[in-house]
Amino acid sequence: MTILVLAEHNNIDIKPSTLNTISAASQIDQDIHVLVTGYECEELAKNISKCEKVSKVYLANNEKLKNPIAENIEPIVVSLANNYSHIMAPATTFGKNIFPRIAVKLDIAQVSDVIKIISSDTFMRPIYAGNAIATVKSNDKIKVLTVRPTSFEPVETSGGKEQIENISFDNDSGSVEFIDREESQSERPELSTARVVISGGRGLQSAENFKLLNEIADKLNAAVGASRAAVDAGYVSNDYQVGQTGKVVVPDLYIAVGISGAIQHLAGMKESKVIVAINKDEEAPIFNVADYGLNADLFEALPQLSSELDKLNTIQQ
Amino acid sequence: MKLLVTVKRVIDYNVQIRVKADGSGVEKDNVKMSMNPPDENAVEEALRIKEAGNADEIIILSVGNDKAQETIRTALAMGADRGIHIKTDNDLEPLAISKIISKVAEEEKPSIILMGKQAIDDDSNQTGQMTSALLNWPQATFASKIEIEGQSAIVTREIDEGLERIKVSIPFVASCDLRLNEPRYASLPNIMKAKKKPIDTKDASSLGINIEPRIEQIKVEEPPIRQKGIMVSDVAELVQKLKHEAKVI
Repeated sequence: MTILVLAEHNNIDIKPSTLNTISAASQIDQDIHVLVTGYECEELAKNISKCEKVSKVYLANNEKLKNPIAENIEPIVVSLANNYSHIMAPATTFGKNIFPRIAVKLDIAQVSDVIKIISSDTFMRPIYAGNAIATVKSNDKIKVLTVRPTSFEPVETSGGKEQIENISFDNDSGSVEFIDREESQSERPELSTARVVISGGRGLQSAENFKLLNEIADKLNAAVGASRAAVDAGYVSNDYQVGQTGKVVVPDLYIAVGISGAIQHLAGMKESKVIVAINKDEEAPIFNVADYGLNADLFEALPQLSSELDKLNTIQQ
Repeated sequence: MKLLVTVKRVIDYNVQIRVKADGSGVEKDNVKMSMNPPDENAVEEALRIKEAGNADEIIILSVGNDKAQETIRTALAMGADRGIHIKTDNDLEPLAISKIISKVAEEEKPSIILMGKQAIDDDSNQTGQMTSALLNWPQATFASKIEIEGQSAIVTREIDEGLERIKVSIPFVASCDLRLNEPRYASLPNIMKAKKKPIDTKDASSLGINIEPRIEQIKVEEPPIRQKGIMVSDVAELVQKLKHEAKVI
């Protein structure tokens, strides 16, 4: 058995999701190849070839592959597929966009969003926004899987075999043209992959008050999220939303501020390792899932939290 | 120009999901069912494309048991023109569903297929991409804006890093994000009118497509229950706990 992992990257840096996916693959088999599709990314391919568990990197380097157009990446993976027992990608918008195309071209039923590997053909995945967990067995010859990055520890970026093989690409679909990409301008980590997330709800009362969260986020290197109520009230834009209809986050630390804890919101964050809830309503359901609850007025608690974090940082220095 | 919109009947998103004691699945009896939320965005977008003069007919397709007709009727009440119901009593996998949609698309020849980016029951997020690949039409997944410009469209996509814009030629497959639009409610006169709109029903087994499941569901269980933690008395205690007990800051 050999496993092929499709790498997610930006032509310069490896996305952490790739390291998580390699780690998931290593629970199935130790012979792991990684496919890098991109442009002017030889350095990146070299860095991936150095990663733990990686025995070989295939590099398709072409201007047409500069941006991850699903129609262009799919045939490259399909052409390699028959040499592998498993083909894996992270269940990020990158992997979700491309992988079902590969599965259908191979006439294989994909298993999406794997959170646990039971054996080489049996996997656990969340359904109903994580309100139920299904254990499924794939009976196809090749297993096509996307894996939830936050469910697997990343591999180390050293220890690989440093073998790279170039492959050609001459398959530009031509029916899709990349125009541009507007990456959220934030110094902070991405919400879906951040190690710490601090989210605000309707309790914040205004867009202006989200600054209180930003200040703490900066001190914790956290991403800022919001409940649907806060988004609907117009305090922050849609891309902040954590929940069943927004983003599902699984950080090490999730701090819910002024969020009551509707089912909708819990579905998006209850797998977080440690949950903190700050709410002035002691009956708020969010306290039922919180490891640490603080029944307090957030407008008093947040400035205090900010200064306590400062103290902590001063001591560490 | 014809638009084909796919809709799925799922457990309403406000319902608390209950896993069956025998681990065979989730409780669906006597549970409120609704149209899959992002499918509503797909229907709404089709209506807007038609209202802007860029399409003349909207066809609603659903694959499912007899009750799927209710979901088709909901879309017809929003303003779509006619329905196609592919009947099956089994829960089909995205692989089979995409083959059925492609087959219907080959007959109906729509210019755009609009679907929700993912169904909130099995959360697979596969059918749009698979349909695109089968038809060899371009795909525009996780769409939060669709601008038709002659024989192509500029689509804004919601990606983890932010937003991406692509230009796709018609015909194409769009999978719709919740941010695409605000779906309308059906008015009472439109609900009445929808009762008279035609729905063509065919049995899934009559299509000549292999819809046998490939994935075996071994069991379905509740997610691990989170133990309620402790209440702290003030912020200083909270920070100390996070630092020394949980070790997350």
